Amino acid sequence: MRLAKRSPLQGGPLAYAVLAAATLISAFPFYWTLVAASRSNAELSSPTPALTPGPNLFHNLGEALQQAAIGTALLNSLVVSATVTAGVVLSSTLAGFAFAKLRFRGRGLLLAVTVGTMMIPPQLGVIPLFMVIVKLDLQNKLPAVILPSLVSAFGVFFMRQYLVQALPDELIEAGRVDGASLLRIFRSIVLPVARPGMAVLGMLTFMATWNDFFWPIVALSSQNPTVQVALKSLGQGYVPDQSIIMAGTLLGTLPVLLVFALLGRQIVGGIMQGAVKG
Amino acid sequence: MATTSAARLPAAGTAPARRGRTGRIAPYGFVAPFFVLFAAFGLFPLLYTAYVSLHRVELQTSDRMDWLGLQNYTRLLDDPFFWNALRNTFTIGVLSTVPQLLMALGLAHLLNYKLRGRSFFRVAMLLPYATSVAAATLVFAQLFGRDYGLINWVLSTVGLNPVDWQADTWASQIGVSTVVTWRWTGYNALIYLAGMQAIPGELYESAAVDGASRWQQFRHVTIPGLRPTIVFTVVVSTIGATQLFGEPLLYEGNAGGGISHQYQTLGLYLYEQGWSFFHLGRAAAVAWVMFLLIVLLALLNAAIAARRNRTDR
Repeated sequence: MRLAKRSPLQGGPLAYAVLAAATLISAFPFYWTLVAASRSNAELSSPTPALTPGPNLFHNLGEALQQAAIGTALLNSLVVSATVTAGVVLSSTLAGFAFAKLRFRGRGLLLAVTVGTMMIPPQLGVIPLFMVIVKLDLQNKLPAVILPSLVSAFGVFFMRQYLVQALPDELIEAGRVDGASLLRIFRSIVLPVARPGMAVLGMLTFMATWNDFFWPIVALSSQNPTVQVALKSLGQGYVPDQSIIMAGTLLGTLPVLLVFALLGRQIVGGIMQGAVKG
Repeated sequence: MATTSAARLPAAGTAPARRGRTGRIAPYGFVAPFFVLFAAFGLFPLLYTAYVSLHRVELQTSDRMDWLGLQNYTRLLDDPFFWNALRNTFTIGVLSTVPQLLMALGLAHLLNYKLRGRSFFRVAMLLPYATSVAAATLVFAQLFGRDYGLINWVLSTVGLNPVDWQADTWASQIGVSTVVTWRWTGYNALIYLAGMQAIPGELYESAAVDGASRWQQFRHVTIPGLRPTIVFTVVVSTIGATQLFGEPLLYEGNAGGGISHQYQTLGLYLYEQGWSFFHLGRAAAVAWVMFLLIVLLALLNAAIAARRNRTDR
């Protein structure tokens, strides 16, 4: 019997080669979006496809902005994502704190209901939700997309798990001994401790809301779309112009890519953290 | 459960007297914002779907509901397109979930090595997760184009025949599955990686001392240690596959799922019933069938996991 030459956790050239290939596969569709968005439709409908960016990028971006109300859509998506993120982070931190650290009758049952619904597909509620939205006369308006997403069962669970570990009981007791009200304790003790968890939840929520497709497409029309709804209508022109579809796709993807470029590591950390606890 | 019994215990002895009535009510104030909205837009629709599914409700007149009993369900079972969608959901689910999770496992194993630039690789793996269903599907639909698609061009340059990735049943289902696999493999790899890092390093060291090869270490240390995480990802991916909607909708841009419905999933069928044919009641019945399917799959999963645990011991 022979001992392994390398330490068991040292990566060899093969590991680098496979990971490099996987990186290329991950990134290629983004590169290709840029290529297609900067060419003309004629160039894209030729037997030998273009593999490098061309000169038409700004022309195509302009066309895309005009065609499917992409400008409005970008603004709508920003408003929706920012509002939803603020709502989810705040309501989840409040409820997560109560579930993690406060004692009250029915706590176990309420938490079980919250966690239990996380596994239920959103499609199950979509039809009555649509009927509610119609009744409230909110169809095709942004609150139709914002209201149902303002709270998230996952968010509550996430913040609870975070605060159970991050917030020592003694800290709260100390606040109580000093005579602080619960709201005061929340503001000056809980919030500062919760901030890293809130940041992770905020990033994940923003990305998920920006990318949400099913409910916005049901609740909104192509006149007042979010960016995902606008992308769908871009693809449905009489003669779909591929280069303009890709220009629109580029516009819809850039904001999230930007967030990702700035906060990629934290997002990776957040997902891995959520995985261990989930 | 420990939490329920803890909830009934009186507050610890340090609780000062001023935590009287407001102290007992305050916690409800903290959970109220969540539960008020959750009840209105989360729980109520969930339960009300069952009621809607027993009625005739049309999209344009969604105020009016006529009692039908189980008729929406029996019509569903008589509809060949329903069975077609059920079959497609299953095949696309297998085509996307199995390769996705296997590749994720392999990638996670590599990402767990000591590597230069490993946080770069981790971020790169997660990049597809940052894209939306819509953007990813539109890009892949072009790459899979029949006449001018990049993938067929590559096939032809290496001397293979082009494939009709839109009209052919298997090819189009592989196309749709590719979008799903591309978007989620890296995400699952990170979940596995998190699980792997919880496995104590000494286990690997003692396995190495015993002369276990890397493959044997992976097989006998990593996989058993990762079993709960694997069960978790299988459940989550299965649920995701059952609901597949955006990818087949945008692959060619219609709710039918291809000219001969060759890749129409249950999610898409639900949307078509409700928002192309205006039958909200029937769509609600589809939603319930999807839910029952998920419960069935979850139970199946739990049963398999429990059995494997028993045979291991």
